[in-house]
Amino acid sequence: MVGIPDRRIIEAFGLTKVYGSGHTEVQALRGIDLSLSRGEVIALLGPSGAGKTTLLTVIGLVHPPTSGRIVMGGKTVVEDGRFTVDVLSFRRQHMGFVFQKANLIPFLTAAENVRVAMEINDQSPRAARRRAMELLDYLGVVNRADYYPNLLSGGEQQRVAVARALANQPGLILADEPTAALDSVRGRQVMELFRKVAHEQQAGVIVVTHDHRALDLFDRALEMEDGLIRGNPTAAP
Amino acid sequence: MNLALKDIRHNFGRFVLTAIGIGLLLMLVMGMGGIYRGLVDDATLLVNRIDADLWVVQKNTRGPFAEISRIPANAEDRVRAVPGVASSNDFVSHTIQREQAGRPLRMTVQGLSWPQDNGTWLPLIAGRRLEQAHFEMIADKSLGLPLGHRMALGKDTYTVVGLTRNMASTAGDSMVFVTLADSQAIQYDQSGEAVRLERQARRSRASDFDPGRVQPEILNRAAGPSAGIPALGPSPVSAVLVKVAPGADPAQVAATITSWPDVSVYTAEAQRQLLVGGMVDKSRRQLALFSGLLIIVSAIIMALILYTLTLDKIHDIAVLKLMGARNLVVINLILQQALLLGTIGYGIAYGVGQWVFPIFPRRVLIVNEDLWLLAGIVLGISILASLLGIWRAMKVQPNEVIA
Repeated sequence: MVGIPDRRIIEAFGLTKVYGSGHTEVQALRGIDLSLSRGEVIALLGPSGAGKTTLLTVIGLVHPPTSGRIVMGGKTVVEDGRFTVDVLSFRRQHMGFVFQKANLIPFLTAAENVRVAMEINDQSPRAARRRAMELLDYLGVVNRADYYPNLLSGGEQQRVAVARALANQPGLILADEPTAALDSVRGRQVMELFRKVAHEQQAGVIVVTHDHRALDLFDRALEMEDGLIRGNPTAAP
Repeated sequence: MNLALKDIRHNFGRFVLTAIGIGLLLMLVMGMGGIYRGLVDDATLLVNRIDADLWVVQKNTRGPFAEISRIPANAEDRVRAVPGVASSNDFVSHTIQREQAGRPLRMTVQGLSWPQDNGTWLPLIAGRRLEQAHFEMIADKSLGLPLGHRMALGKDTYTVVGLTRNMASTAGDSMVFVTLADSQAIQYDQSGEAVRLERQARRSRASDFDPGRVQPEILNRAAGPSAGIPALGPSPVSAVLVKVAPGADPAQVAATITSWPDVSVYTAEAQRQLLVGGMVDKSRRQLALFSGLLIIVSAIIMALILYTLTLDKIHDIAVLKLMGARNLVVINLILQQALLLGTIGYGIAYGVGQWVFPIFPRRVLIVNEDLWLLAGIVLGISILASLLGIWRAMKVQPNEVIA
């Protein structure tokens, strides 16, 4: 992770997340422990309602956990269910997100969608433009740089979304069912892309997925159920 | 990267249509303000142009504009004799309607005390002033009468020798200017039969009295033209305009004339108050209220448009927030679009208005103060309207993208 010189990208201890209270209380996470190293790709499996997406939002610093601690690159970012860093800045600099739908901004071209991630992180427009083209080239969609998202295929859109997630050289990439909208061939290509990125750019990747056909591409697969991870989530691959 | 401009570029057609819609709405606001200004300006136009210090009218009337006033023509001679009066002129004003090329032509006829007053104070845009005692006319351009046009009024034909611009009465009728004598001839024109009947009636009345029975010449005079009967004075006028001599006290002159039992006197300012505060007061207030309502409606419509534009982008805003975009990035996106829409809409309103307002039947007077005021209002509306969108955008949670 840039600026965070630690082999461990993320360590989470005793994460809980409770929604509502009283009769409407839902325990989405029930004490999650998790660790992820640089270059590692893990799959998060489980049925709907298991808490996968909630875990992703907590690790992605979108919502604080109800309790627990998160350390990223040796730096505590959540303590006792409270953020201890500027989460916007932290997300900009150290995290990349990929979703089930590409969620590209429709009024920006493919290249601009990648650039915007860098420009909101205070990179100069010139440097952002150069890196955007490099990333699109790296992901094989440079020939679509000036196309708007509605003119790209699903696979191309997802590649651009991955390029955007990589724009600020994040240490952690969080992907929520990124292949759900793709056919099996393109889905596998995207999963291979995550593996390539993780290994070549030394980023940690957590992928929420229902697709068991590509599990061979992951270093670990964690099964979630009722807000808990089965087995030993912190074990090395 | 300017996200607001990128969004506009991508949705250019929708943006242009929205800007046109807002522009036309603002044009209505601008036009309504212009109509208000035009109404007030038209009401006081003649009083301001004539620039008389005092207006002498029929006793206990608010004439000659707010109500009918008739005073003897010789009142001018009496007024001129008052110490402190530099000059006095008869004033005649009446409205007529004629047919011209199959359409009704309404005009307010103003009589000028020619030769002392040949229309020097009129804003001529073509032609010349009155150079003859009769049968010449200066007409406002809005009547559509070209120079040299000949028009029958009463029993005479008048030639248009000069054209003015924006000379309209309180009611919005275009003005024509003729000599005082011609004005009265037009006003008191009667058909030949009516004249004959009047003369016959006079003869009949005279024959009922002893002097008529013993003086045949009286009966002959009674049956002849009015001008031949010394007992009948010249036709009355609407008012007498007074210019006070330099150094003289207008209040003193007014007090002197007011003491006469047959006339009332108003200063130019009092005359303006009679017009604005009385004659056009209800129209003026109605327009002002309507303008206010139009501004409120415009503000609501603009707010809804900007809010809808924000709602369209709410998912993209959530994506930006998830990526860690600062609030300022989102605020700029919404605010810049709002200001651009407001500015372009204002420009369209002004541009289209310059083309459309002159077509209006009544004068639409756009003054710089109103333009600046409306610009300020549009700026305020744009900012306030965008606040609604910004408020909604600030409430968006980044996890909406993930969910």
